Amino acid sequence: MSAKTLMRGTHVLGEAAIRSGCRAYFGYPITPQNELPEYMSSAFAKMPDAVFVQAESELASINMVIGASCTGARVMTSSSSPGVSLKQEGISYLAAMELPAVIVNMMRGGPGLGNIAPAQSDYFQATRGGGHGDYRVIVLAPAYGQEIADMTRQAFDLADKYRTPVMILGDGMMGQMMEPVIFPDPVDVNALPAKDWALTGAKDRPSRIIRSLWLDPPKEEELNWRLVRKYEVITEDITDQEIYLCDDAEIVIVAYGTAARIAKGAVHRVRSQGVKAGLYRPKTLWPFPSHELAAMSKDLHHILVFEMSAGQMVEDVRLSVEGRCPVSFYGRPGGVVSTPEEIAGVLNSLGANVVKKSA
Amino acid sequence: MSLKIIFSGFGGQGVLMMGYVLAFAGMNEDKHVTFLPSYGAEVRGGTANCTVVVSDEEIASPIASAPEFVVAMNYPSMIKYQNMVKSGGVMFLNSDLISEEPSRGDINLFRAPVNTLAHDMGADRSLNMVMLGIVAAKTGMVSREALLLAIEKVLQGKKKSLIEMNQKALEAGMNFATENN
Repeated sequence: MSAKTLMRGTHVLGEAAIRSGCRAYFGYPITPQNELPEYMSSAFAKMPDAVFVQAESELASINMVIGASCTGARVMTSSSSPGVSLKQEGISYLAAMELPAVIVNMMRGGPGLGNIAPAQSDYFQATRGGGHGDYRVIVLAPAYGQEIADMTRQAFDLADKYRTPVMILGDGMMGQMMEPVIFPDPVDVNALPAKDWALTGAKDRPSRIIRSLWLDPPKEEELNWRLVRKYEVITEDITDQEIYLCDDAEIVIVAYGTAARIAKGAVHRVRSQGVKAGLYRPKTLWPFPSHELAAMSKDLHHILVFEMSAGQMVEDVRLSVEGRCPVSFYGRPGGVVSTPEEIAGVLNSLGANVVKKSA
Repeated sequence: MSLKIIFSGFGGQGVLMMGYVLAFAGMNEDKHVTFLPSYGAEVRGGTANCTVVVSDEEIASPIASAPEFVVAMNYPSMIKYQNMVKSGGVMFLNSDLISEEPSRGDINLFRAPVNTLAHDMGADRSLNMVMLGIVAAKTGMVSREALLLAIEKVLQGKKKSLIEMNQKALEAGMNFATENN
């Protein structure tokens, strides 16, 4: 492990990627994540076995990711909301070709060009696939600097393990903020599990083919069902969440990433005022950690979903809870960041008005 | 305990460096710290600011809606942040560039001619460390030793004379704060 150091989120992500064996980065600049490609370009300039390309567009960069991934390299691209929209075609191809890749989205206020302030309005895009076709992307949502480092390692490992694109979903604040972080030791790139599907030159062995075009519908259907089975395994294996002060809670707030930190601050405030509140923080957004939430919901008086959006994850919460308790939503879209005081106010008013379940 | 501070000024005054050194020192005291710089469109036009939180507990939000302390290195910064300071909090003003006073009366002011103090010790560019020394002495957010070490670590690889100059400037600020209570 490294010594404890103070770094901004984008740099943490870059360093963690390199330590995870990432040796190829392709991207196109956009605020608020430019410090990530900056970090990769500066680090890769000193690494003869690594490649950095600032592509001519987001479309070009995601296609470069496809190419590098075909050869078996650990590869990453990054962008912010409008740029990630442009990458969606390529992400669909990655899913169809069953190629590992790590895609970073440091979300900003939208829709359209929006602004560069922190937001969470790309939840639907990230968790529903984002591009065309029946596919999913694993989505990890860090809330702390240390978690950016840990989840970056996890992202590369999951991408390789399941041969699927993995997205790290942060926001402008996660990217810009500096916090203390300790890095895991670097992996030995040559010791990573061999990829028996990678295109490495077919001398003395049969050709390998990686494709996403299946003109024969039954063949395409076969691919789709294979992906579905894979997604079922992923859902079974990797869902993760933080459950905080929920044991005696009557109201639970569900939030992820930056919003979850603010929510945790609010939980502390209202607890000191006598409201029994807890926090449920999904760390994987897809697959969504439904199970634990569903289990606790039957004993809760109310669930409040807080997002820096107009309300997206709230749908997954309602699907998980299935009416076992009331679910309401509070959100600030457009790049506005709520204060813990503001969310405490919402929790307090709910606390005063919830209909208590009889014991 | 959780303390929030905003450092503000114009580009070149070392505003981000002040915050970074403070956060670094807090980290080395095993406290929870966050450092949030202004970025993008906000910084166009030459203003710079950053928010630092130093806390004994996990930090919820790195944004300070009502910071205990604000450092204003120039007049526009005082105008921008005077209404944000928590009631009873302290505003540190660079009196070389700010002759006015905030319009509210429920906050404490500490005025220091940091340009002059830095100039007098032959270290014009270290005005930020002079101000940080003042802040440290007045707020007790982090210890003197942690700050001196932080300067050394943050400036690692730079000339030894530069590191020492910044450390001296920090101590000059601390002395000024003690002498002008």
